[in-house]
Amino acid sequence: MNWIEIFRSGISTGTVLLIAAIGEILTERAGIQNLGVEGMMLVGAMAGFRVAFTTGNVWLGLLAAIAAGGLLSLAHAVVTIHFQADQTVSGLSLTFLGTGLALVLGDGLTGQTAPVIPHASIPLLSQIPYLGPIAFTDHNLLVYFGYLLVPVVTYFINKTRPGLHLRAVGENPAAADTLGVNIYRTRYLYTFIGGCFAGLAGAAISVAIAPGWYSNLTVNGQGWIAVALVIFAHWNPWRAALGGYLFGILRRFTLDLQGPRILFGMANPFFFNTNLVFFLQMTPYILTIIALIWGSSAARKKRIGAPAALGTPYLRGERGL
Amino acid sequence: MKIPYPVLIKRTEDTPKWLPVVTSVGAVLLAFIISGIVLAATGADPFKIYSYLYKASFGSWGAFSDVIVKATPLLLIGLGCSLAFRMRLWNIGAEGQFFVGAFMASAVVMVPLVNLETTPTWAIISLMAVLGMVGGALYAFIPGILKAKLNINEIITTLMLNYIAVLWNNYWIFGNWSEAGFQMTKTFPKVAWLPRLADYAKQVPAFSGMTLHVGILFGLIAAVIVYLIIYRSKWGYKITLIGDNPRAARYAGINIAANTILVFMVSGALAGLAGMTEVSGVVHRLQERISTSYGFSGVIVAWLAKLHPFAVIVVSILFGALLVASREIQPSGISFLIQGITLFLVISSDVLLKYEIKWVRPAQETAQ
Repeated sequence: MNWIEIFRSGISTGTVLLIAAIGEILTERAGIQNLGVEGMMLVGAMAGFRVAFTTGNVWLGLLAAIAAGGLLSLAHAVVTIHFQADQTVSGLSLTFLGTGLALVLGDGLTGQTAPVIPHASIPLLSQIPYLGPIAFTDHNLLVYFGYLLVPVVTYFINKTRPGLHLRAVGENPAAADTLGVNIYRTRYLYTFIGGCFAGLAGAAISVAIAPGWYSNLTVNGQGWIAVALVIFAHWNPWRAALGGYLFGILRRFTLDLQGPRILFGMANPFFFNTNLVFFLQMTPYILTIIALIWGSSAARKKRIGAPAALGTPYLRGERGL
Repeated sequence: MKIPYPVLIKRTEDTPKWLPVVTSVGAVLLAFIISGIVLAATGADPFKIYSYLYKASFGSWGAFSDVIVKATPLLLIGLGCSLAFRMRLWNIGAEGQFFVGAFMASAVVMVPLVNLETTPTWAIISLMAVLGMVGGALYAFIPGILKAKLNINEIITTLMLNYIAVLWNNYWIFGNWSEAGFQMTKTFPKVAWLPRLADYAKQVPAFSGMTLHVGILFGLIAAVIVYLIIYRSKWGYKITLIGDNPRAARYAGINIAANTILVFMVSGALAGLAGMTEVSGVVHRLQERISTSYGFSGVIVAWLAKLHPFAVIVVSILFGALLVASREIQPSGISFLIQGITLFLVISSDVLLKYEIKWVRPAQETAQ
């Protein structure tokens, strides 16, 4: 097995989870839980691919994906912020809505080819042994965007004034309100931003990492894994990045495990075409559950919790909501 | 505080009984209108599609029988979801529990667990139904105990378990149980089939070709039982109390952890039974595509029915019709689209139930 290649492509696929998870972290930090990531990613993947396909310009595709994810998230924002609907149910409906929209509007795209995000290597950094070929060689540009995103978002949340407002709105909206932070506007904004990131993550699949439109199999549960990753990451971008890359690497590893006939000097039980492959395919999902168990028990020990106001609508002048 | 609208919105406790029905029906109608606009935007003719939808589902007795067949799993799953959602337990894993139920029921025939030559049909079918329910319940036990003991988000666990269940079934139908390399088991012998209307075509010629099977009776009986649990039993009261006010429930000494697991298992058992009716009553074998995302549609059915068991019957028939019709409609996402929009409008319309809206003059506003 080619370990460099496993790590390299793991980082590439992990970028999708990373982008989606960071968007969801921003949304949840504002106190809104949006479970519709899967739907928004699908719409983003469809919009990105469709626009890249029709215009021939992949950057326009990315813009379209970001806009599509953001627009879809506004439905969730209106329903949960103004109508105070249950965020769980609204998130679920968003997934349905996104899936339906993507399937209807993506009709006829299957089997087409569109331009993809260009690849590049970083000079100097790509010369570092091991790390260079894994992290800085011939990746699509979104991977490097992911590297930048993590420190920028961390800095934004923890060190800037809007970041402080964001945290206040998610932890104690009533107090933030008395300080003059507009709760509704803040929540709308970060729900929208989360949607934009989800749309971008979807496009990262369809025009970069696994180019093409394969109806709802394009995203195939990665939106849900991203939501789980947020809990595992304790709403921290660094941990989300770590989890996302780890996940990508393990996923690629289980794929590659099916290749060689001989593994570590033994006959490979997962050799291509044996039915044990199905158990290998289960691993991402089993890992997600294990990560959740692990993440939540660690969070309890360190007393890190979800943003205190997560999932509760804010109503001016009413206590206990 | 500036009020941006010339209305006064006030929380209200006394919602008239007819209002939820009106808002639900209104939401469905509006969903069809909005979906129609989307369809028109994509260049399709919504009127043609809708009239086709109607004809394909209610146009004849045969079509209607198909609708009921599709409604059966939705009904069972919708009932299970209604029970779980009353406790604010988001069991989105009906799809997986459905597959495990189907698997367990198939095991009766495929292993086989009983002698298929000598055992009477009623015994085989009962065993399949019981094992289907046990399978679904045990599979739902996993998210149940994780939620109860470790407070792990059940939405994610149930969803992940969905994927795992599908792969587990694939392992069997691609491998040991595969028939001649096809991705399906052999057809079950007739003794393992739920009786269908078509079986009585000799006595009643009108029944010929009708696929309606006994499973719908399971669903109707389950609806009555769930109704009795929710509205006529102490347990149902506890479930509703935990859902509405967990803190009060804890003070009242209700064991929330135990009820979480139990409700999850009952909900899973109903989904498992749905899986059993599908393999024993419809496809008569285990194969890859036994569910057209019944598990997810069941969630919407439950919510649209406002978690009322008898309303679930009506809504599941409506959604059964949607599923039957959408089999032949392109593009295939339309039924998803309508379902998603419907659910959105239903949850949005709930605000009308919680609040009274009064128009006010700006002058009154400042007095507030």
